[in-house]
Amino acid sequence: MSAQDKFVWLIGGIGAVLAVASVVGWTLRRRVTGESGRAVVDNLNARVRAWWVMVSVFAFAFLLGKTATLAMFALVSFFALREFLTLTPTKPGDHRALSLAFFAIIPVQYWLIGVEWYGLFAVFIPVYAFLLLPSLSALTQDTEHFLERSAKIQWGVMVAVYCISHVPALLLLDIPGYQGQGALLLFYLLLIVQMSDVLQYVFGKLLGKTKIAPVVSPSKTVEGFVGGAAGAVAIGAAMWWITPFTPLQAAGIAFVIVLMGFLGGLVLSAVKRSLGAKDWGTMIQGHGGMMDRMDSVSFAAPVFFHLTRYFFSA
Amino acid sequence: MWLSSLFVGLVRALVGASPRWVGDGPSRAQRIYFANHSSHIDTVALWAALPPELRATTRPVAAADYWGTGAIRRYIVLKGLNAVLIQRSRSDPAADPLQPLCEALDRGDSLIIFPEGTRQAQPLPGPFKSGLYHLAARYPGVELVPVYLENLHRSLPKGTLFPVPLICTVRFGSALARIDGEGKEAFLQRAREAVVGLA
Repeated sequence: MSAQDKFVWLIGGIGAVLAVASVVGWTLRRRVTGESGRAVVDNLNARVRAWWVMVSVFAFAFLLGKTATLAMFALVSFFALREFLTLTPTKPGDHRALSLAFFAIIPVQYWLIGVEWYGLFAVFIPVYAFLLLPSLSALTQDTEHFLERSAKIQWGVMVAVYCISHVPALLLLDIPGYQGQGALLLFYLLLIVQMSDVLQYVFGKLLGKTKIAPVVSPSKTVEGFVGGAAGAVAIGAAMWWITPFTPLQAAGIAFVIVLMGFLGGLVLSAVKRSLGAKDWGTMIQGHGGMMDRMDSVSFAAPVFFHLTRYFFSA
Repeated sequence: MWLSSLFVGLVRALVGASPRWVGDGPSRAQRIYFANHSSHIDTVALWAALPPELRATTRPVAAADYWGTGAIRRYIVLKGLNAVLIQRSRSDPAADPLQPLCEALDRGDSLIIFPEGTRQAQPLPGPFKSGLYHLAARYPGVELVPVYLENLHRSLPKGTLFPVPLICTVRFGSALARIDGEGKEAFLQRAREAVVGLA
């Protein structure tokens, strides 16, 4: 099967699943009675509608090619960083550093992927941004909470820009026998992470009893995690044909993606709570903000990228 | 006007500027919106948060000594924002500085004013100047709607050139109740508290 055919099957399959979800949601909406039941169904339907939009946007960008894909992820980083820094207290002394983060660091990081400069892509934010951003703040001589402010800005840039940029960076990998199919790998990562999130939510709602970390994230349960992880790993193995992996390798890699995604959700939930918020934003109806949807992706993407790079790329 | 659409588009992309109607909701009634002032984005953010059909008849009030000088600034505020210019310092003691605002209100336009008179470094507004009181007294039928602009003191504070995109929600409160015989100080205090109450 050619990459083109695989892509068509993949999008067709996702479309079919979403169509089923829409029909189920529509049926439930007509049957369910009671205040709380209706709220749950409305939220479910809002989420399904948002999924239609997200899948369409992603598919469209992929069809337009590499530049469009990079531009789209640069926008994702922009919105994610905006949500992160909106909730993070900074001071007027950080103004230049913050402007630079949005208008220089995001474009440069994605440009480096575009020109396939892997070496600088990998160190640009952990080294150069790390050294430059606090220098700009220090020049304004405001030392109050200086370390906290610098650490928070760097953290936001790491998660929202560096980590998320590893999703389209998958297009950089040169995998023997898999040339020109990087976009499928990218879709594979997003599919497993998001299916894992959805299935953990569903299993958690149906069977969830034992809370894993009630203080950080009351909706995460052992039953939800086990059910969701098993489901997502099964899907990951079944989708091996769009990847360069064998079915067994695909299962193993899907498990790593699921685990990292879970940790991402947990850690960013803790960050959110320490900043005193329940959702990162209101951008995506029913889901919260961009960061609420990308939290697990941000942790899974770099690890998936490097695993694939070490073991499968030329 | 293409410049208006450009400003609204830019501000939307940068800070969101989505409205939250805490009070009465949008209305065609003639209104004076009054808000806290901490950045150059404020006017357009408030404007962008209004429904498009209200934007055409809602005019920001800008300081003539700042925005009226230089061809580019004049063009931006008069053409792009359809602003009403006001003199902050009185050169002729006999002239009424509120005259241009009254003319706009007489035509039936709504106004956006920043009663502090200048941009502040902090999010909460400072003391209000008396213009709002005089307008309220002269136009008892116009609704006085308090507005709080969130986060813009961080986005583009006074003295900076490049913005930082942070999400700004524009909160519209309920129209200020009119109290017969209320003094100037008490009225201005109450108006300021209405804005602070939305923060």
